[in-house]
Amino acid sequence: MNTVSASSATHRLQLAEVRLNLQGRELLRLSAELTAGEILCVMGPSGSGKSSLLAFLAGFLAPAFEASGAVLLDGRDVLQLPAEQRRIGLLFQDPLLFPHLSVGGNLRFALPAACPDKSARVEAALASVGLAGFAERDPATLSGGQKSRVALQRLLLSEPHAVLLDEPFSRLDTALRREVRSLVFQTLQAAGLPSVLVTHDPEDAEAAGGRVVQL
Amino acid sequence: MLLRAAPWLVIALLLAPVALGVGLTLLPAFGYLPVLGGDAFSLTPWRELLATPGLGRSVLLSLLAGVLTPLLALAIVLSFLAGASGSALERWLRRLVAPLLAVPHAAAAFGLAFLIAPAGLLSRLVSPALTGWERPPDLLIVNDPWGLAMMLALILKEVPFLLLMALAALPQCEPGPRVLLARSLGYRPAVAWVLCVLPALYPLLRLPVYAVIAYASATVDVAMILGPTLPATLSVSVLQWFSDPDLSLRFQAAAGAVLQLGITALAMLLWRLLEALAARAGRHWLATGQRARGEAALRHSGRLGVAFLLALAVGSLLALLLNSVAGFWRFPDALPGNWTLQTWSRALPEVLAPLGNTLLLAGLATCIAVTLCLAVLEAEARQGRRLAPALWLLYLPLLVPQIAFLFGLIVATEFLRWTPDARLVLFAHLLFVLPYVFLSLSEAWRHLDPRWSQLATTLGAAPWRSFWRIRLPLLLGPCLSAAAVGLAVSVGQYLATQLPGAGRVPTLTTEAVALAAGGNRGIIAVWALLQAAVPMLGFALALLLPRLLWRHRLGMRSTA
Amino acid sequence: MLRALTGLLLLALLATASRAATPDPSDWDAVQAEARGQTVYFHAWAGDPQINAFIAWAGEQLQAQHGVRLQHVKIADTADSVARILAERMAGNVDRGSVDLLWVNGENFAALKANELLYGPFAEALPNFPLVQADRFPEMREDFTMAVDGYESPWTRSRLVFYFDPDLLPEPPLSMAELLVWSQANPGLFTYPRPPDFLGSTFLKQALLELVVEREVLYAPVDPDQFEAITAPLWAFLDALHPTLLRGGRSFPGNGGELRRMLGDGEIALAFSFSPAEASAGILAGELPPTVRSFVPRGGSIGNVSFLAIPFNAPARAGALVAANYLLSPEAQARAYAPEVMGSTTVLSMDALSPADRARFEAIDPGPATLPPLALGEPLREPHPSWMEALEQAWLARYGVR
Repeated sequence: MNTVSASSATHRLQLAEVRLNLQGRELLRLSAELTAGEILCVMGPSGSGKSSLLAFLAGFLAPAFEASGAVLLDGRDVLQLPAEQRRIGLLFQDPLLFPHLSVGGNLRFALPAACPDKSARVEAALASVGLAGFAERDPATLSGGQKSRVALQRLLLSEPHAVLLDEPFSRLDTALRREVRSLVFQTLQAAGLPSVLVTHDPEDAEAAGGRVVQL
Repeated sequence: MLLRAAPWLVIALLLAPVALGVGLTLLPAFGYLPVLGGDAFSLTPWRELLATPGLGRSVLLSLLAGVLTPLLALAIVLSFLAGASGSALERWLRRLVAPLLAVPHAAAAFGLAFLIAPAGLLSRLVSPALTGWERPPDLLIVNDPWGLAMMLALILKEVPFLLLMALAALPQCEPGPRVLLARSLGYRPAVAWVLCVLPALYPLLRLPVYAVIAYASATVDVAMILGPTLPATLSVSVLQWFSDPDLSLRFQAAAGAVLQLGITALAMLLWRLLEALAARAGRHWLATGQRARGEAALRHSGRLGVAFLLALAVGSLLALLLNSVAGFWRFPDALPGNWTLQTWSRALPEVLAPLGNTLLLAGLATCIAVTLCLAVLEAEARQGRRLAPALWLLYLPLLVPQIAFLFGLIVATEFLRWTPDARLVLFAHLLFVLPYVFLSLSEAWRHLDPRWSQLATTLGAAPWRSFWRIRLPLLLGPCLSAAAVGLAVSVGQYLATQLPGAGRVPTLTTEAVALAAGGNRGIIAVWALLQAAVPMLGFALALLLPRLLWRHRLGMRSTA
Repeated sequence: MLRALTGLLLLALLATASRAATPDPSDWDAVQAEARGQTVYFHAWAGDPQINAFIAWAGEQLQAQHGVRLQHVKIADTADSVARILAERMAGNVDRGSVDLLWVNGENFAALKANELLYGPFAEALPNFPLVQADRFPEMREDFTMAVDGYESPWTRSRLVFYFDPDLLPEPPLSMAELLVWSQANPGLFTYPRPPDFLGSTFLKQALLELVVEREVLYAPVDPDQFEAITAPLWAFLDALHPTLLRGGRSFPGNGGELRRMLGDGEIALAFSFSPAEASAGILAGELPPTVRSFVPRGGSIGNVSFLAIPFNAPARAGALVAANYLLSPEAQARAYAPEVMGSTTVLSMDALSPADRARFEAIDPGPATLPPLALGEPLREPHPSWMEALEQAWLARYGVR
C-alpha cells in the first residue's frame, strides 16, 4: 500500500550545535542536516535525553532543561515560533487516537480549519490505508495495527514539514512492528519529510537506513 | 494575556475578602467599634470572654471535634482503601458513598437526629420487642455532653469527601505496581498498601484534611442540631452572643470569633504533631519488617466502617422520609399510624421561590467557579509550571472559620455602600464554592496525559483549539463532578446566604433553618429532603451526562 | 433552633428611590393612598408554619384590599432584626431601612425604644385601635411593664398555658410546689426549654412570681444587691427540681416546639406554651394525641401582648401603618383565632365589636384542648425586662455548664 502524500514538496531540517543541559550537566550535543525523506536515528540509554531532544524540537521542553543551538526548517528558525506553528509532526509510542472523537473526527482534527473538502480528504486518507468506511467508528474498537495506520494518516493530514518519532514501534509485537515500520518509513520518504527517530532498537535504525547518532 | 493573570486574579478574589473579614473582626475583638460606642482599644472583650462560664469546656469540645473527626474519618477511608481488593462489593460501596456528598450538612444532621434520638426511628424499630420500652428511654444521645452525636454526623459527611479526594489522588501514587511489588516481598496486601502507598498519598490529602479540621472545629449548623448544649461548642456560643439583644455582647462575640480562629489553628497544629507521630510509628513498623500483623484489622475496620456509615445514612434518609409523610406517630410504633401528604402539600407552594433562588445561586456560582478554575489550570498548563505554593491561598476560605470572617466582610461591604442583594450573596457563595471546585478538579486536570496536548499542538491546533476540542472533552467527567460538588456546597450555605442577603434572598437552606426553630419534625423532614434533593440531582447529572455523551466511545468509559 | 449570625450590619442602600415621606396617621385616607403600591418588609419569627401561613394569607388580603405588598422576611430570632436596625441607625441610614414592620415585645422592644429606633407614636391613631379598649385593658399600653407610648400596636395576646397528656399524668399539678412534688415522685416526665430561650425564661419568671416573698419588687428594675436574696427560693426550687427532670437536668430542649414534640412522643407528660391554643393546634396538626388538655396554674400565669413596631427608618411607613391596622382588624384577628390557622388569642375586646364581628369569633371552635377565656382568668403581669436578663444570666451561671 502506498500512501498518498498531500504535498510533493521537499523539506530540509537543520540542527546546528543543538545542546541540551540538565542542571549544568550536558546531555547531548548534536548537529545534523536532513534532506527530504532522510531519517536521523538517535539512540542511547534511558535518561540520555532522547525524548528531551524531541521535546525541544517540537517546543515542549520542560523548564528544567537548558537548551541552545539553532533549528532551521526550510530555512526558517523554528525556535522563535510557538509549538503549534512549527509544522513539526509527532508520533508517539501509542497511537493516541483521541478517544472522544470518532476515527474520522481524529483525522478531521488534523485538517486546518479553512480546508474546503474535509470529508473527502478524510475518506481518501482512510482508503489509502485500507480502512475505507471507518470514519464513524469508535477508535477504541480498532486493532493495534489499524490504530497505528490512522495515527499516521492523521499526522500526514496536518501537512507537517518534518516529523519526530518517539519510539513509535516499541509497543507493537514483532510481526506488526515490521509491517508498521515499513509503512511509516515508506510514507515519510514518499512525502519527502525529514524525520528524527528516537529508538533503542537497532533493527529500527537499520530499516531507517539513515544516519545514526549514539548518545 | 488575561489568562496569564488568571491565577493571581483568582487568588486576590479569594484572599482579599478573607483577610478583610478577619481584620474587621479583629477590631471589635479589641474594643474598637465606633458604631457601638467602642472608641478605644481595650482588653475588656477578652476579659468578658474569659469570664463566661464553661468557656474552657467549649474550647475543649471544639478542639476535640476538630481533631477526632478527621482522625476517625481518615482512619475509615484509609483502611477501606488499604483493604480494598477490587471486589464488586467494594465498587458498590464506593458508588453509594458518593451521593452522600450531595447531602448538605444540616440535612444530614437532621436525618441522623431523627434516627438515633430516644424517640427516633432506631428506638422505635427495636421497641417494645427488644427493649420493652413503652415510652422513649431517658437517654442523652442527641446533644450529648462530649459531642459524640455531632462528631458522628460530621464523620458521616466527611468520609465521602475524603474518599473522593483520595480516589482522585490515588492514580498518581501508582498503588497497583507498588502493592504488587511489596507483596512479592512477602507483605500482606493491606499492610503493603499502608507502607508503600500511604506515604505517597497522604501529602495529597493534607489540604482536604485541613479543610475537615477547620469545618469540624468551627461548625455551627451541625453543632446546633446535635452538639452539646451545656455548654455549647465555642462557635455556637459566639453565634449566640452575636444574636443577643444585649448589643454590648458584640465585642465579646468578636473576641470569641478570634478565639475560634486560634482554636482551629491549634487543632491543625495538633494534627501536624499527630502526623509526625504517625510517620515515626510507620518508620518503626517498616524497620521491624512485620509483614502480616494488622492485615485483618485493616481489612475489616475499613469495610465495617464504611458499611456502618452507609447503614446510618440509609437509616437517616428513611427517618426523614417517614417523618415527612407521618401523621400522629405514637411511640413505640415502628411505622406511623397515620400517613398524610399534608406536610408536603402545605410546604410545596412555599418551596418555589426559595428553590428558584437556590438553583440560580448554585448554578451561577458553580459556572463562575468552574470557569475560573479552568482558567487557572489552563494558565498553569500553558506556562508549564505549577503555581502550587501560591494556590494554597485559594483554600483560605475553607481553612478560616466562617464566623471569623463573614461578619467582618459584611461590615466592609457596608463601607463600600453595596446593597444587600443576590449579587453579594453570589459572591459570598463563590468564596466557598471555588476552593471545593478547585480541589475536585485540579488533580484530574493536572494529571491528564500531557501527550494529548502535545499531539494536538503538533497537529497544528492553537492553544484555545486544543483546550476546547481536546482537553475539555477529555476531562468532561471530572469537570461535571467538580460542578456537582460546587453545587452541593452552594446549596448548603446558610451563613453565607443570610448575611450578605440581609434575609432577602431565601433559599432552601435559610428556610429550613428558620423552620427548624419551631421543632416540627414533619416540616423539618420535608425541607431537609428538598435540601438534599437538589445536589443529588447535580451528582446524578454528573454521572449520567458523560455516560450519555460517550455512549459510543468506549475509550471514555474508563474515566467515569 | 438555628439562629442567623448577626453583627453590626452597616447597611446603606444606593439612593434609587425617593425618600419616604412621614405619613400622618390621623389623616388615614392620605396614609392609605400613599401606602398603595408599597412593599412592606415584615420581619417576623418563622418557626411556626401556621403563623407563616397566616401571614401569607394576610399578605394576600392586603394586596387585594389595599394594594400593599406584604413580604414576610422569615427570621429565626427577633434580636437579629433589632441589631440590624441599630446598625443602620449608626451608619446614618435614616430612610432606607431594611425593616418596615417588626413583630416584637419585651427585651427587644426595650432595646429599640431605649435607642430611639422606632417610628411613632402611631398606634393609638390607627383606626382599629379603639377596638382594643386600652382603657379597660391596660396591658395594651404596656410591654413588660414598660410604657408603649404608642410606639407599637397590639397584635396578639400570649398567655402561658400548660398542657399535659392525661394518660401519663391524670391529675396535673396546679402550682410550682405541686409540680416539684409530682416530679420527684415521677422523675423524667417534665422539662423546660433552656434559657435564654424566651419560653424557658418565662418559666423561670412564672416560678419566681409564684415563689417570691414579695411580688412588687419584680415590677421595678432589678437591684443587683438584692438579687440573690430575692431569687433564693427560685434557685432552691430548681436545685430540687433538676435531678428529677428528663435527662436529669443535663440537657434541656431548645425551644417550645421541641417541648411539644417531646410530649407528642411520650417523652414528657407536661409541657407549656405561650399560645393557649397550642394543644388544640398540635392535635389538629397531628403532632399531639387527641387526649391532650390544657390548664393554668391556680395562682394565674404570665400573660403579655405582642406588638408590631415600625422602625424609624422604614421606607414603607404608610404601608406598614396600613398593615398594622389590618392585622388589628376583626377580620384578621378572627381568622388568626381559629386553631387550624393560628390559634392566637385576640387583642380585640368583644364588647367593642359590632354584632357581626362578634359573631365571627363566636362561630369559631377554639378546639378541644383550648381553655375558654373565663377559665384562663386574669394574667399575671410580666416583670420588668431587666429581671429577665438577670435571671437568664444567673441561670446560665448556675446550670449552664454540666
